[in-house]
Amino acid sequence: MARMTMIEAVRSAMDVSMARDENVVVFGEDVGYFGGVFRCTQGLQAKYGKTRCFDAPISESGIVGTAIGMAAYGLKPCVEIQFADYMYPAYDQITQEAARIRYRSNGDFTCPIVLRMPTGGGIFGGQTHSQSPEALFTHVCGLKVIVPSNPYDAKGLLISAIEDPDPVMFLEPKRLYNGPFDGHHERPVTPWSKHELGDVPEGHYTIPIGKAEIRRKGSAVTVVAYGTMVHVALAAAEETGIDAEVIDLRSLLPLDLDTIVQSVTKTGRCVVVHEATLTSGFGAELVSLVQEHCFYHLEAPVVRVTGWDTPYPHAQEWDYFPGPARVGRALTEVMEA
Amino acid sequence: MDEFSRLSLHVPEPAVRPGGQPDFSNVKIPKAGSVPRPEVDVAPEEIRDLAFSIIRVLNREGEAVGPWAGLLSDAELLAGLRHMMMLRAFDARMLMAQRQGKTSFYMQHLGEEAVSCAFRRALRKGDMNFPTYRQAGLLIADDYPMVEMMNQIFSNESDPCHGRQLPVMYTSKEHGFFTISGNLATQYVQAVGWAMASAIKNDTRIAAGWIGDGSTAESDFHSSLVFASTYRAPVILNIVNNQWAISTFQGIARGGSGTFAARGLGFGIPALRVDGNDYLAVYAVARWAAERARRNLGPTLIEYVTYRVGAHSTSDDPSAYRPKTESEAWPLGDPVLRLKKHLIVRGAWSEERHAQAEAEITDEVIQAQKQAESHGTLHAGGKPSVRDIFEGVYAEMPPHIRRQRQKAGY
Ligand SMILES: Cc1ncc(C[n+]2csc(CCOP(=O)(O)OP(=O)(O)O)c2C)c(N)n1
Repeated sequence: MARMTMIEAVRSAMDVSMARDENVVVFGEDVGYFGGVFRCTQGLQAKYGKTRCFDAPISESGIVGTAIGMAAYGLKPCVEIQFADYMYPAYDQITQEAARIRYRSNGDFTCPIVLRMPTGGGIFGGQTHSQSPEALFTHVCGLKVIVPSNPYDAKGLLISAIEDPDPVMFLEPKRLYNGPFDGHHERPVTPWSKHELGDVPEGHYTIPIGKAEIRRKGSAVTVVAYGTMVHVALAAAEETGIDAEVIDLRSLLPLDLDTIVQSVTKTGRCVVVHEATLTSGFGAELVSLVQEHCFYHLEAPVVRVTGWDTPYPHAQEWDYFPGPARVGRALTEVMEA
Repeated sequence: MDEFSRLSLHVPEPAVRPGGQPDFSNVKIPKAGSVPRPEVDVAPEEIRDLAFSIIRVLNREGEAVGPWAGLLSDAELLAGLRHMMMLRAFDARMLMAQRQGKTSFYMQHLGEEAVSCAFRRALRKGDMNFPTYRQAGLLIADDYPMVEMMNQIFSNESDPCHGRQLPVMYTSKEHGFFTISGNLATQYVQAVGWAMASAIKNDTRIAAGWIGDGSTAESDFHSSLVFASTYRAPVILNIVNNQWAISTFQGIARGGSGTFAARGLGFGIPALRVDGNDYLAVYAVARWAAERARRNLGPTLIEYVTYRVGAHSTSDDPSAYRPKTESEAWPLGDPVLRLKKHLIVRGAWSEERHAQAEAEITDEVIQAQKQAESHGTLHAGGKPSVRDIFEGVYAEMPPHIRRQRQKAGY
């Protein structure tokens, strides 16, 4: 075991995968010589050569389109989109092409690509470095969508994603790159080295895509969260003293509905938390599923805590961000309902 | 036996990396004054050479020579020098302010001041720029108040963007400065659209689009050329080639041959390369392109050959990917020093006056900073209201956002 940050865990996943399978190639903006603006690919070019890890032109559509072509040839491209906010020029390639190639060719061609991208706020990134676009992908059939919340999961899930025969969107919450986070921006971040989930095996292991994990056992209310919000939810549960069960989805598509249903059936209450905008966010899907499957067990309306229906503001970032106070209020609200 | 050997992938590499000797032997620099100045209504195919050469006015001795010289008076040149010095002083202060935690982020122009400062002077009131984050000189050279720029950078209570935008992402319709997007290249094709609209309405105003060398790889760049050439839009398409896109050298966007300007040739767009560190050359070429646009002769593509001396942004460390002394080896010199020398050669300036101007400008910038800071910085003092998060998403706030604002307690 080694202590790793999420950045190191992500890097280790690519390293292990490139070593095991010569078909794995890594590319994207600044990922080659420099190792990426977050240094996730640092050292890979030196180790595997520049035809397996290289800098791409600033052309997201070009990056994803060529990755699709490489996958059609038989490679396994694991590409970096510098920020999730810059995925939009590639949206057509992702949603109309990558997602459907298997279906439309009846399996004649497939698209085993991974698109890694830093997401979420909390680093004063403003409108164009803070978005959480997961719902834009979960709405597309043919994609898989993963959001890890810690180094251990990030590595195991990324290896699974690289080995997966279908296109996987791998959304990395950048607020967690260097340490877990309790939603209190004014407090220093604990390093991952002090956290059990920063304990990451050096070698190969996988975590199945589509399986959630219960991060905190509880019987009063279920909190469904993913990514950065898992840590915020845990903080809110501690701070309110409410006996909340916190589910970390890890994979949004496919979704581990059983774990959610079992938990809500037990607790009878549910709060859904995400950082993305409220309207038509992934929370809307979660709430529908909960009401569909747990209606007769519910003791209170299901509540969502999310970012506001506005772009991500620079100066008022922490008022946009759903922190422990807002999640705590929601917990109290559903307990009192 | 097969006549073909196995394939191999070509991945371009810069000439040198950290620890190596800076090498610009690949940048072929023609003598100042040696590139001809065609008439503005020249047929694009007659000036294909201009996409591969570099138009220069100031020679090593500080003299203005050749057919592109002689357009600016002493007073105009002194104003230009002042703008560039102001931008440089502004950058230095704001960089320091970022280091002091007064803002989250900053992007400087060091080495590229001539491009935006000189270009702005070739435009008229009412023309519209669609800039990137590295053309604050367009505002400075148009006398936009520095305090407002700082208020934006500090995201304070007087920030014209109400704390919503990243620092340096200014906006000013009045000063012909379209709101900046962090998403690269999107504005380039919008500039073409603005220019088309001006033509549709038989207006007299023209537009200018801005893009970096790295961003020319984006599809939007290519869409811009298609629309600009098809409709002969009255637009100036500017490419600022400062050699680097974060850690990625210009060869990654361009491949190993040709120039960025040459990308215009396939579209029949007149394309010129100019010494981006030569205030006089930048102005001359911008004016040529502006005149073409105003005479309804259509778009012009200009590549400014320059060098990004500073880091890409305050989040970047250039020593990790290029030799530390590379900027000193840049063969086109420093735009401020070159114009200063020219003015001294002209007898319109002196070392003493320069030193004095430098002190005055620094003082002016410090005064502006004090004034801006009195309205707050990112983490201290006056702030935009949380209420401002919810305003301006739509012209009229819809009920669901009103409810969310109330939920937030405002
Ligand atoms: C669509 C998009 N992709 C990626 C980025 C991240 N990014 C910001 S600046 C930059 C480099 C731009 O280089 P260049 O166009 O040469 O301009 P310069 O910064 O050198 O002026 C990159 C990759 C972005 N902002 N938008």
